[in-house]
Amino acid sequence: MMLFIGNRSFGISNNLRHLCAITQPPNVDVDFFRYNWKEHIWSLVFVIGTALGGYLAGVVFANPEPVAISQATQDMLLAWGFTQPGAFLVPDELFHTSVRNFTFLFAAGVLVGFGTRYAGGCTSGHAITGLSTLQLPSLFAVLGIFAGGMFSSWFLVPWMLN
Amino acid sequence: MRYIPYLLVGVLFGFVLIKSEAASWYRIQEMFHFQSFHMFGIMFSAIVTAFVTTQIIKRLNSQKALDGQVIEIPEKPAGRTSYIAGGLVFGIGWGLIGLCPGPVFALAGTGSIGAIVVLAGALHGTWLYGALKQYLPH
Repeated sequence: MMLFIGNRSFGISNNLRHLCAITQPPNVDVDFFRYNWKEHIWSLVFVIGTALGGYLAGVVFANPEPVAISQATQDMLLAWGFTQPGAFLVPDELFHTSVRNFTFLFAAGVLVGFGTRYAGGCTSGHAITGLSTLQLPSLFAVLGIFAGGMFSSWFLVPWMLN
Repeated sequence: MRYIPYLLVGVLFGFVLIKSEAASWYRIQEMFHFQSFHMFGIMFSAIVTAFVTTQIIKRLNSQKALDGQVIEIPEKPAGRTSYIAGGLVFGIGWGLIGLCPGPVFALAGTGSIGAIVVLAGALHGTWLYGALKQYLPH
């Protein structure tokens, strides 16, 4: 669809780079962010749309039902100490306003930003765009992503909650 | 005006990410534990749809985009180390917070302060990569 609208290759995480390029102070001047970000306004417009879509789906037309996760997941989360698994999209235990939570969210966000740029894409750019156009580098990236995710989900998250 | 189509597709994308629960931390944990087909179904259908549409575009007589440019599918630069290593780092972050770069914008749109904190972290991580790029194996 993005190719059709304007010959654009779809990927979300590049916007993080554009935002850095826009805000880079002239005295810092890292090469990686020295390019004409104005050519990528379409991409920034797309994520503004994404946030707007999130607002429509999550606030205006909010779904009152809990997230219908499987019984196995519910049992696992209860064992991890969550009181209401699936009550909202994200667990209050990790996302409510506290210094501890925000440190955790910020730190994991750093990993997401660093990793996606190092790998040159995220779930959209590699798993969807890359795999669907049969590109080998994207397969490497997806394998790395999934291995990293399993490591977190199987070991880091339970350890952290303990 | 020429950006309106991108805005509309972005709205659709954000709407679907929330409604399909791809922006849910619970769904991501469930996926990494192989406890449901839900997320795999979303990813699988997205990949198949993208595959079919790009194949159709390749076979059209006129391969022009709406704005008149000829459609090209860019090749990812060859390599292995950066894709696997970067993927691992991103994956570890994703497994922790259950948000990848698309859903984080959608969730921020629902008014989640936590998502905005993640976004702030992700911007710093991106900047860190830019600063360290020349010292990393690629």
